Amino acid sequence: MKTILTLQNLSKNYGRLKAVQDLSFSIEKGNVYGILGPNGSGKSTTLGMVLNVVNKSSGQFYWFDGSVAVHDALKKVGAIIERPNFYPYMTAYDNLKLVCKIKNVSTEKIDEKLAIVGLLERKDSRFKTFSLGMKQRLAIASALLNDPEILILDEPTNGLDPQGIHQIREIIKEIATQGTTILLASHLLDEVEKVCSHVVILRKGEKIYSGRVDEMVASQGFFELQTDKEDQLLSYLENDTAFGSVKKVDDKIVAFLKEPLNAADFNQKMFNQGIVLSHLVKRKESLEEQFLTLTKNQSN
Amino acid sequence: MLRLLQIEFQKLWLNKTSRILIYISFIFPLSILILSSIKINFFGYFTLDLSETKIFEFPYIWHITTFFVAFFKFFFAIVVVSMIGNEYSNRTLKQNLIDGLSKKEVILSKFYFILAYSLVTTLVVSLIVLILGMVNTPTADLYLDTIFNGSEFILGYFVKLLTFYSFCLFVGVLIKRSAFSLGFLFVSFIAEMILYSLLWFEWYNETTAKSIMQFFPFTSMWNLVDHPFIRMKNVHDPTEIIPTDYAVHWYEVLIALTWVFIYIFLSYRLLKRRDL
Repeated sequence: MKTILTLQNLSKNYGRLKAVQDLSFSIEKGNVYGILGPNGSGKSTTLGMVLNVVNKSSGQFYWFDGSVAVHDALKKVGAIIERPNFYPYMTAYDNLKLVCKIKNVSTEKIDEKLAIVGLLERKDSRFKTFSLGMKQRLAIASALLNDPEILILDEPTNGLDPQGIHQIREIIKEIATQGTTILLASHLLDEVEKVCSHVVILRKGEKIYSGRVDEMVASQGFFELQTDKEDQLLSYLENDTAFGSVKKVDDKIVAFLKEPLNAADFNQKMFNQGIVLSHLVKRKESLEEQFLTLTKNQSN
Repeated sequence: MLRLLQIEFQKLWLNKTSRILIYISFIFPLSILILSSIKINFFGYFTLDLSETKIFEFPYIWHITTFFVAFFKFFFAIVVVSMIGNEYSNRTLKQNLIDGLSKKEVILSKFYFILAYSLVTTLVVSLIVLILGMVNTPTADLYLDTIFNGSEFILGYFVKLLTFYSFCLFVGVLIKRSAFSLGFLFVSFIAEMILYSLLWFEWYNETTAKSIMQFFPFTSMWNLVDHPFIRMKNVHDPTEIIPTDYAVHWYEVLIALTWVFIYIFLSYRLLKRRDL
């Protein structure tokens, strides 16, 4: 598989503060990656380094096979960082024309890309008249102008209203289905969960996990249970080796599995024991719960 | 080079403020044309006719025009300073880099634009001088060598513009905010003048002061086109010739061009070392 971006022991220090430490990972073509981490974990700094705006302190990174200069490689990359940055006095069309000139591509595709993000009828309006949602959509159009090998998005839905968030997500999904590699940095887990196949998780500038989303936590899931005979159920669960920890959350009993067990078999077992369940749900931890587990484990 | 020039041109031309300032910077030199043709009548007491003072005749016109027109360089200086300031305040510098412009290209695109602007302005001023000179010089004197006698001041003018705008570019990159950059330019000018006077009147004498100060930013620009007042006095009052050295010397051009190189190189180094 073709590698698009490789990071090797990349670090960035701001004085004594270590923003990114010894970060290594690589991005393969065709996957959708998420960089996850709480605010201040080094996501934007990492993207800044590979995008030529932040100077690295040590380590190295290279685009594609490493044979071209960073600024030339970036002409094949589409990237949006934090806020949409354009010239306020220029129209949407003129702004994109400028980007075309910087990227050395023809201006033919401007209308097509504006149509993808639904801004075609506003192409002659000045950038400063746009709402934040429209600005962000223009930024996406701009990033798509060169039909990039990889699309990098840093907090693309930050500060948008629910409608704007929905629009941006639809556009990202649409792009992902066309096979474009995407790298999405976010602190919103459900955002990453919805679109990404792989994640890199950062905490205080260090990588604590990188790999597939569904392999992040080796877990068999858990049951949420409710019954009239609570004491009986609790003592059963504690004696059954299939279950790990059991705890009571509000009026529900939550039992974590140590080995695979499906809901129907468990229900049958309970019935045989004379315990009738009024509520039975088998769930896997959401990415958020997995993420919290991971970051917690690391801090101990 | 053409691509970088186009990029910078679009950024400035679509910005109303810089477009107006560029217009103004061209209109003022043209006003010399009008100034030369009018006769100002002071309430009937006397008539001031500038065309009778010989300043619009070859070879003096090369010197006089380039000297006075150079004062209008301030308008484009605002454009230069704000073209950096705006990139920072709109955060478009960051976006340009992400889109694939290198830091070197960022500085070069601005330098190329300064270079192109200085060339065009110089060309316009040369045309004005040629037209005015031809109109005002007595017909009998119009030979090619009289016309181009003194045209070295055009070179001095061009280098003066280039040095000044490169300085503005450097200050713009250093300070990042347009208004503060203009303030810094002004303060550094005052500081240099104070240093000059201290060297001249307090610490040393005129000769030492001049030989030291010729290497300083503002003085090196000023020296390229010396003030023409004593020269004109000598023309009008040949009985008492005051010795004066007004020529455009090669070492003056060299000092100025060295500054241009230093400004552009430092701008690049500053930008390269910065995290955006």
